Amino acid sequence: MSNEGVIYRISGPVVTATGMNAAMYDVVRVGHEGLMGEVIELHGDKAVIQVYEDTSGIRPGEPVLNTEETLSVSLGPGLLTQIYDGIQRPLATLEEVMGVFITRGVDADAFDMEKTWTFEPQVAKGDDVASGQVIGHVQETETIVHKIMVPPGKGGKVKSIESGDFNVTQTVCVLDDGSELQMMQKWPVRTPRPFTQKYAPDTPLVTGMRILDFLFPLAKGGAAGIPGPFGSGKTVTQQSLAKYSDAQLVVYIGCGERGNEMTEVLDEFPHLIDPNTGKPLMNRTVMIANTSNMPVAAREASVYTGITIAEYFRDMGYDVALMADSTSRWAEAMREISSRLEEMPGEEGYPAYLSSRIAEFYERAGRVETLNGDDGSVTVIGAVSPPGGDISEPVSQGTLRIVKVFWGLDAGLARQRHFPAINWLNSYSLYPQSLDQWFRDNIAQDFPEIRTQISGLLQIEAELQEIVQLVGSDALPVDQQLTLEVARMIREFFLQQNGFDPVDAYCDIKLQYEMAKAILSFQESAKNAMADGALLNDVVNVPARSNLMRGRFEDGYIERIDAMVKEMTEEIASAVEAN
Amino acid sequence: MTGKEYRTITDVKGPLAFLNKTEPVAFGEIVTLRLANGDIKNGQVLDTSDDLVIVQVFEGTDKINRETGVTFMGDVFKLPVSTDLVGRILDGAGRPRDGGPEIVAEEKADIIGAAINPYSRQSPHDFIQTGISAIDCCTTLVRGQKLPIFSASGLPHNDIALQIARQAKLKGSDEEFIVVFCAMGITAEEYNFFRSDLERTGALENAVLFVNLADDPAVERIITPRLALTAAEYLAFEKDYHVLVIYTDMTNYCDALRQIGAAREEVPGRRGYPGYMYTDLAMLYERAGIVKGKKGSITQFPILTMPGDDITHPIPDLSGYITEGQIVISRELHQQGIYPPINVLPSLSRLMGSCIGEKTTRDDHKKVSDQMYAAYAQGRELRGLVAIVGEDALNERDKQLLDFSGVFEDQFLRQSRDEDRTIDETLNLCWKLMANIDTKYLVRLDEELINKYHPENHE
Repeated sequence: MSNEGVIYRISGPVVTATGMNAAMYDVVRVGHEGLMGEVIELHGDKAVIQVYEDTSGIRPGEPVLNTEETLSVSLGPGLLTQIYDGIQRPLATLEEVMGVFITRGVDADAFDMEKTWTFEPQVAKGDDVASGQVIGHVQETETIVHKIMVPPGKGGKVKSIESGDFNVTQTVCVLDDGSELQMMQKWPVRTPRPFTQKYAPDTPLVTGMRILDFLFPLAKGGAAGIPGPFGSGKTVTQQSLAKYSDAQLVVYIGCGERGNEMTEVLDEFPHLIDPNTGKPLMNRTVMIANTSNMPVAAREASVYTGITIAEYFRDMGYDVALMADSTSRWAEAMREISSRLEEMPGEEGYPAYLSSRIAEFYERAGRVETLNGDDGSVTVIGAVSPPGGDISEPVSQGTLRIVKVFWGLDAGLARQRHFPAINWLNSYSLYPQSLDQWFRDNIAQDFPEIRTQISGLLQIEAELQEIVQLVGSDALPVDQQLTLEVARMIREFFLQQNGFDPVDAYCDIKLQYEMAKAILSFQESAKNAMADGALLNDVVNVPARSNLMRGRFEDGYIERIDAMVKEMTEEIASAVEAN
Repeated sequence: MTGKEYRTITDVKGPLAFLNKTEPVAFGEIVTLRLANGDIKNGQVLDTSDDLVIVQVFEGTDKINRETGVTFMGDVFKLPVSTDLVGRILDGAGRPRDGGPEIVAEEKADIIGAAINPYSRQSPHDFIQTGISAIDCCTTLVRGQKLPIFSASGLPHNDIALQIARQAKLKGSDEEFIVVFCAMGITAEEYNFFRSDLERTGALENAVLFVNLADDPAVERIITPRLALTAAEYLAFEKDYHVLVIYTDMTNYCDALRQIGAAREEVPGRRGYPGYMYTDLAMLYERAGIVKGKKGSITQFPILTMPGDDITHPIPDLSGYITEGQIVISRELHQQGIYPPINVLPSLSRLMGSCIGEKTTRDDHKKVSDQMYAAYAQGRELRGLVAIVGEDALNERDKQLLDFSGVFEDQFLRQSRDEDRTIDETLNLCWKLMANIDTKYLVRLDEELINKYHPENHE
């Protein structure tokens, strides 16, 4: 049977073709221009194809070619620093070929196939190698060593191994069964890459954002959801995470979002320095940019492209963080395609398989023992954009059922210019139990207890605020007024963080602990001073306290904070005498 | 090239005509329909297969019957573009409406428009001074941005849009914008208001108008904004103009989209709007921006009226997820007689950070804006409290903030329809008003700025 068929019907991004002997998820080339598409449904001889490019002007009767491959990504040296569209075409190459507007029918290699890399072998002739085993490595960027692995499913005795400069398609290793290994391998995006076993996460992904690290920590290998209405700072939060989290590699997926914002990221990242290595941030980053007006089917594919790349680096033993902004756009792409297929809809027009797709995606996160016995992780952080900010909708609910960390963004906080606008009352993390040991060992023995005190104060504040709403704060007893003052300090000094301030944007976790302690020592000394007769107003307004609070915008804060707290304590103590 | 004429219409439903058995017809192809009385209507192919073709008829399907002749034009919808467009008034389908001649095409441009490669975009960073304090200070507009006005019926969004169109300029430059105005389903009265204002100020000579009025075919509204944006792209990226696109009213556009979805018996999303409305709106809004290597730019000012003043309605909601912020008009402020009644609290400009500061506006802009905003937000909140406990129960700080919120509305927001404040005037006004609050409560301002700008230090 031939693998060339003809178009029968076109309806937007969905094309039906006959006579090409298709199997599910085969990649096909549609029409005279060879637009890329993927088979997503079969009816007898008719195959329904979702097309990754605009279909205007295509006619029934045009040819369709079945490549008989599934949608795959190319994996190998050259991935890092790249900026791709949803189907792994580098945007820079697209610009060279088609100019500033994205037209169609252009194919582009995922990375430079001709560029040579210095391959250093790690196995010798006669060694036994198994699936996933590292046979050599390439220094891909200053900070990242790209390990060349035996592709899953292959293995045997090494018959010959090379050393020196090769491009990614040249054979660097031959096994005794005759299989030739290159530095590049391909992997179908919809299939998770294999590993030996999943571990329970035990190390936090340190983000430098106080509210996240301190109150709602995320584990390496965990999954987090960030739902929030528009304007609440999802994108800024995701970008901060991409910049400052201590993952070794970052895959950033801009899925169906704004072009100008994506450009800002693309402009900004190459100039940013990784606080953990001091090297350009791009060296550890792969970006996927599929803006809202780019073809909807490619948007659907973009999250899979991203997570497959993340898994590949995980298999080398790296800790990878993947940000998807926004998963709602991905879900909407599924809805749009599902409605073109005239499938029976589930809730709000989304397909019935929505929640299982979401679950499958987040399940690809995890800390694993890789096939080669190493330890690697993929952490997934997905933004969700619920319509009207109401998280009872299907995408938010499907996400919350599976993720263990919920960072709830709040329009009200954003409106008060409280950033990051993460609501401390309804957010949660289920990881503290597994991470507390790490915090005790690495930061301070009493870290979890301090956290409990801080979040306890915020809870009390919420209750007191209800009374204040009715009677005004002056009607409260002084000790409760002090509690409100302390809680305000937590909010304004600790939880608020200026993502655009060069110093405050990243807060070391040790400093976070010191700042939390500083708040508690303010509470302590204020309470004592007031018991001795000091006035609340005098205690609150000691100059040293504002200095302490403003100090966080200055370099070297961590060295000075102790002295500043001491000064504040002394000033508060002297407030007793003043009275 | 024009092909055969078919008389194979089987069904007509709402704005759609269904045809049997034709030669292969392209998806998106333009169609003309010739009625028995010789009238011509236009349409576009929405779905095509060997057996059935679905045509969306722009002018409405009245009088179409099985005898209607259908010709497929062999091409997708294109707009003839040239610099002659400037100064012209066209209807919703791109035909002259001002009695002038047909546009002589320099080229014909596909109205769907291709997506700009995000890698080829240039980040917007040029501050546009609108002369309206609330916008310039709190939701700063940037060249290449898409910033919608979220309004509701009965509010003066049109006045604000026109004031912006009149006053918008780059700081310290006289360079003017070409205004591309796109009307979708607005009343003749509103249109005349826009038109006469543009005429009065002489802006009409530098404008292109695409007009689909309330009594024009609803389906035509689907292509009107695409025509406008195609003209805008040509002027910006081929002819180096800076273009300001104002379209009103997006709500009518979305309703037309829903109408077609319903006629096709598509599975509806929220409130009956099609599931692909996000993508569809994105394909309009995302046509704003600046492109590397081109001199021109497209800045978009969509106006939409929120049904029932509800910001969570799908139209403002989906728009808000695509646009780079929003300017929200408040009925409450309007009823207090404040013009422009902009509620700065839910308003936002996402690109503001890239265009304010020492080099572009002034070194105190960011912090002043944050402080004004925070103080006003707190003052507004206190109003609720005062209603219950009375003003006497407030402490000194809260009293000052409460008073400030009134002054903010009365002196900062309020300005006349032709008052064009420079950014320096706006920021100085902020300092003057903030001087009513004790400095120690102005926690978002640092000492350096207070020394430099606080009126206390200048008397």
